[in-house]
Amino acid sequence: MKLIKFLLVGVWMGVIFSKSEIISWFRIYEMFKFKSFHMYGVIGSAVILGIIFIQLIKSSKMKSIQGEEISIAGKDKGWKRYLFGGTVFGLGWALTGACPGPMYTLFGSGFTSFLIVIFSAAVGTFVYGLLKNKLPH
Amino acid sequence: MEILTQAWPWYVAGPLIAINMAVLIYFGKRFGLSSNFRTMCSIAGAGKLAEFFRFDWKKDIWNLMVILGAVIGGFLVSEYLKSDELMDLNPEVVAELKGFGIKNPGEALAPVELFSLDQLFTLKGFILMVIGGFLVGFGTRWAGGCTSGHAISGLSDLQLPSLIAVIGFFVGGIITTYFLLPIILNL
Repeated sequence: MKLIKFLLVGVWMGVIFSKSEIISWFRIYEMFKFKSFHMYGVIGSAVILGIIFIQLIKSSKMKSIQGEEISIAGKDKGWKRYLFGGTVFGLGWALTGACPGPMYTLFGSGFTSFLIVIFSAAVGTFVYGLLKNKLPH
Repeated sequence: MEILTQAWPWYVAGPLIAINMAVLIYFGKRFGLSSNFRTMCSIAGAGKLAEFFRFDWKKDIWNLMVILGAVIGGFLVSEYLKSDELMDLNPEVVAELKGFGIKNPGEALAPVELFSLDQLFTLKGFILMVIGGFLVGFGTRWAGGCTSGHAISGLSDLQLPSLIAVIGFFVGGIITTYFLLPIILNL
């Protein structure tokens, strides 16, 4: 049961990703061309509700399912890794039309070629791991 | 049934994603979908070559379960909940993409002319799938997160680093969409 619940979260996520078309190359293209509100609406409404959820979780000192106190660690300070890494990510996002989670959902939707995209992304992460100490963070 | 098979509007999808994030927090985890690549590298033995991959990946099996679920979710929709309609794309975008040789924009989630296995051996397909995937995997780890980790979770927690990362996502995405794709799609 411990792991099954994560599988179910993933299934539900895949359904949302797919039905809302946010994993679509076309939607990503439209977004970067600023020609449609769809992606902005999805991300914007998720963030607005997300801010409320996180405030509630923090102020109510809610416990996790394991009964532990929930602490949400902030991101490390700095800007270089976020700006440079983010830009590299964006270059790839607009090429593949998919971020890491959606790649898997596209594969499940019958785009077998996304297995290659996933493999390439894993190689990208591997090369980052090799070069990590040489890159600005 | 019709509500399920139609495309879901943004005001349904956005809140559902926020709920998903909250559920993962309640489960004692975080909504971030890119860490699985590091976990897989570690399982494959990358720890022998770089310190970055030396960690207890058994604790991260949950994120492999999430992405396995994401595959199943995609399969279920394509089998049982698929919409028969074309995606409701901006007509200007449709016209532009037809000009790049994409015959029926919005017929499937991704352009089948570009993302099929036989395209892998063309320069165009190689750049889109292999180079594209590589940049996503490299960039997401460098930035410490992807769309879910920064744009959704990080912004929801009002994290400045995540805002910087999202700005980066757009800098990169705009460079590709405005300057690189017109060249690549005409290859």
